[in-house]
Amino acid sequence: MNILFYISAILAIVATLRMITGKNAVHSLLYLIVSLLAVSVIFFLLGAPFIAALEVIIYAGAIMVLFVFVIMMLNVDGNGIKKERALLQPGIWTGPSLITAVLFLEMAYMLVQQPASPVEQAAIAAARQEIPPGAVGALLFTKYILVVELAAFLLVAGIIGAYHLGQKEKISHHRFLKNQEKSI
Amino acid sequence: MTIPTEQQILLAVILFCIGLTGVLVRRNVIFMLMSVEVMLNAAGLAFIVGGAAWGHADGQVMFLFILAMAAAEVAVGLALIIQLYNKFKSDDADKASDMRG
Repeated sequence: MNILFYISAILAIVATLRMITGKNAVHSLLYLIVSLLAVSVIFFLLGAPFIAALEVIIYAGAIMVLFVFVIMMLNVDGNGIKKERALLQPGIWTGPSLITAVLFLEMAYMLVQQPASPVEQAAIAAARQEIPPGAVGALLFTKYILVVELAAFLLVAGIIGAYHLGQKEKISHHRFLKNQEKSI
Repeated sequence: MTIPTEQQILLAVILFCIGLTGVLVRRNVIFMLMSVEVMLNAAGLAFIVGGAAWGHADGQVMFLFILAMAAAEVAVGLALIIQLYNKFKSDDADKASDMRG
């Protein structure tokens, strides 16, 4: 199992390096997603399966989709089809695909290696000091309940802030309102 | 699992440093925001490593809060990027170098 950790660690570092040195934002985003997937495998190996799933669902899924959305929004112009064709050149997606393939092989290896009987599986999970999602949830809603509510406040503030900042500037046509804006 | 905790922390440190380098070196705001994501993720990894080393679930709970914070931060940051782009027609952070109070 140790070798899996080292492979994923090297893949995460390589993908992150490719991300910060990339020129095109979309390519860098691909490498960032691959890096997050590699870190997710590491979380699984460290005995945090719930966090590994959340990393894929929320980080690599939801947050990265926001990035893609904004990058696509900033690049709105006539030659979109040409750009999209350029994005599908083999040289661009081979790197991330290779890294993802290695991660997939690691996952397949872990699945195949899994013993058949539930008793043995539980023994291995105990030996790895795996922390089940239930323990996390129980702690989250007893000891840390106040922090959970603070996180909810933060998310609401984030939504309102994003809505306010994302608004387009209002153009007023009336002379009086224009003068008022100038004086402000 | 017999991986030394030092090596796991070392991975978190390396990822954090790569993210920090990205924030300091790149001038494209989208890249800067992505590097901040890498840094937050590395901090979360350090929490998970700590939780795994002690056998407590607290590290994973902390990661959940980092996740929520990262989501809120990205939403506001991307809205700011859109505003910057509307104003300066560019995603270069150095273009927004003068303030008007």
